[in-house]
Amino acid sequence: MPNLSRRSLLKLAGLGAAAGTAAVAGTRVSGQAARSYDASAHAAHAMGPVGRVSTETFDPSVFMRSWNFGHLPEEERGRFYRETLRPDGTRLREYQLVAADREIEIAPGIFFPAWTFNGQVPGPTLRATEGDRVRVTFVNAGSHPHTIHFHGWHPPEMDGSLPEHQVQPGGSFVYEFDADPFGMHLYHCHAVPLKRHMHKGLYGAFIVDPKTPRPPADELVMVMNAFDTNFDAENEVYAVNTVAHHFMSEPIRVNVGALVRMYVVNVTEFDLVNSLHLHGMFFDVFRTGTSLATTERTDTVMLCQGERAVLETRFRYPGKFMFHAHQSEFAELGWMGMFEAVEARRAT
Amino acid sequence: MQRNPAVWFWAAVPLVLLALLIMAIVRLQPGDTLRPAAMPPVERLTISRASLGADGIRLAVLNDGPDPVTIAQVTVDDAYWAFTSTTGPTLRHLAGTTIHVPYPWVEGEAHLVKVLTSTGATFEHEIAVAVETPRLTAAQLGSFAVVGLYVGVLPVALGLCWFPVLARLGRGGLDVLLAVTIGLLGFLLIDAVQEGLDGASQLAESYQGVALFAGAAAAAYMGLETTGQWLRRARARRSGGATGSGAVLALLIAIGIGLHNFGEGLAIGAAFALGEAALGTLLIVGFTLHNTTEGLAILSPIAKERPSIRFLAQLGLIGGAPTIAGAWLGGFVYSPVAAVFCLGLGAGAIAQVVHQLSRQISREPSARFASAPVMLGLLGGFAVMYGTGMLVG
Repeated sequence: MPNLSRRSLLKLAGLGAAAGTAAVAGTRVSGQAARSYDASAHAAHAMGPVGRVSTETFDPSVFMRSWNFGHLPEEERGRFYRETLRPDGTRLREYQLVAADREIEIAPGIFFPAWTFNGQVPGPTLRATEGDRVRVTFVNAGSHPHTIHFHGWHPPEMDGSLPEHQVQPGGSFVYEFDADPFGMHLYHCHAVPLKRHMHKGLYGAFIVDPKTPRPPADELVMVMNAFDTNFDAENEVYAVNTVAHHFMSEPIRVNVGALVRMYVVNVTEFDLVNSLHLHGMFFDVFRTGTSLATTERTDTVMLCQGERAVLETRFRYPGKFMFHAHQSEFAELGWMGMFEAVEARRAT
Repeated sequence: MQRNPAVWFWAAVPLVLLALLIMAIVRLQPGDTLRPAAMPPVERLTISRASLGADGIRLAVLNDGPDPVTIAQVTVDDAYWAFTSTTGPTLRHLAGTTIHVPYPWVEGEAHLVKVLTSTGATFEHEIAVAVETPRLTAAQLGSFAVVGLYVGVLPVALGLCWFPVLARLGRGGLDVLLAVTIGLLGFLLIDAVQEGLDGASQLAESYQGVALFAGAAAAAYMGLETTGQWLRRARARRSGGATGSGAVLALLIAIGIGLHNFGEGLAIGAAFALGEAALGTLLIVGFTLHNTTEGLAILSPIAKERPSIRFLAQLGLIGGAPTIAGAWLGGFVYSPVAAVFCLGLGAGAIAQVVHQLSRQISREPSARFASAPVMLGLLGGFAVMYGTGMLVG
């Protein structure tokens, strides 16, 4: 835009608005004053990005319903996950997590130089039962020192947060602790600078089930995340499970009347809070999932950075229901999606 | 020497070697050793213009960086929005495209458009006040012409009406008048340089705005110098060398002021096109006062001559009418590059005219400005422009 300096005084906003339009009969250059965007001719479907992100290497819908590498074929799964029943009925759960640099597509045509666990953002969801032994072999195949810091009870040497905990590129470390308490937790890299290691993609969900399982439900993992693509400490792309607007074109299919359980964690950087709002219904909130008694029934839940919640609801009506951050800006920058509820009989 | 073919041969040798050298550089890419493989491409997009219409926003986008850039998404006010582009998504060096975003912009409010590339780099363009971009219609042309008439043609013509007074001035009075004119033009020169450099700094880097501005200024200066010489010689031949140097100077001043007013028209037209202008009465008054003094400047060299009314009218048109042309150009086909170029022409022309005028003061060159009335005239002229300029800004 040309800087009109002296002349941009033309802006003389006060004068302009009042005297301006009416003044100087015959010199109304802005034409018919009412002329503007013709809203009737253009539907709101113009909102949202253009094109689709390839789901070949990472599919947010598959990620949403898989944990402990359950989406992999049995043979391949064995390379990353093994569980062994112990005499006391608990399990030893062994994981292999590898930090690696990888470019990922976060919105159609926009590629982000991510730091990943196992090549994906968010990292694989880990799921254990309270009292299980968790053993995570961490290999750093990335270009910077990294760690894994788990939320949950553990001794200090397993914390992955201090300078001496940093695993150098090419190095490895075994994190081992008991899964406790039950709840919806997370893991993330705690190397410094922390902000950078977080928003580059080194995080994932860590679910610990109570010994007496929650009622069976259709379970969904939702990681609210965002990406600062131009590294100006503000996010350009927001999403649940990384890909902007993915669930707008790929609605989450659920059954009417069935219990739906959402494991939600907020790992958005730079913005203080994020939220989840579900249209047309209410849900029960179990903050951090550490209690089996609900604390709140609402349709909008707010989570601080690193905060989690388990949400439960049953869809009363068939059809499409939107869900999104109730920060409109986040929603319009990608954190928006759809549920599609179908009658159980007809769902095959 | 020119007839010696060996000279041509030796002149061609460095050129051939240069061609070979460039081929070698392109093939061997020695720069790559300085640029690690992981280094992201250098991306630079310039959004030179946003036009608003009933079907949304159109952006003129230019890739003025060295590497190809792929446009991935567009946000308006931090919301992803559908868009189409007149070319493919990838722009090579100096390739341009027009992006259409069917965004429901809000009249009179501000919008921020952001283009995201495949690497996530962002390039922004602010629409300060959203108004529909004027379209080329007879009514719009007429409106711009009327504005140009008010701020350019009429004030200059009014200034020329001082002629009978000026004709009665003595030699000393005339010197003061010339000094006032130099003061006026000095102000316009500063104004043109400032606006030109401001505009230059906003241009895509490939256009090298400051060099463009300086080159245009130098071209205008030398062009007027040559034209002046040519006119003087032609007149001298016709009238046997008797009179007319004042008339030539007046003509040159009119041309210089015309070029300046052309730039002013561009700015006004563009301001309307970009929604930056809300043309108030006071503003019109400001420009009118401001430009009336330009008529005075045109008159000063011919105060002692007997120009015909027709000649005066011609001078007025040459000085004032370009405002209308500028407003048209600025309003309908605004190009920041053309604006910087035109401001450069205006600045060079005024500098040349100031130089010419200062030679008209009837004193020894060394003591030309060393009298209280002349110095007061210089300051007075500058102060008048400064004062009336405050009305405009």
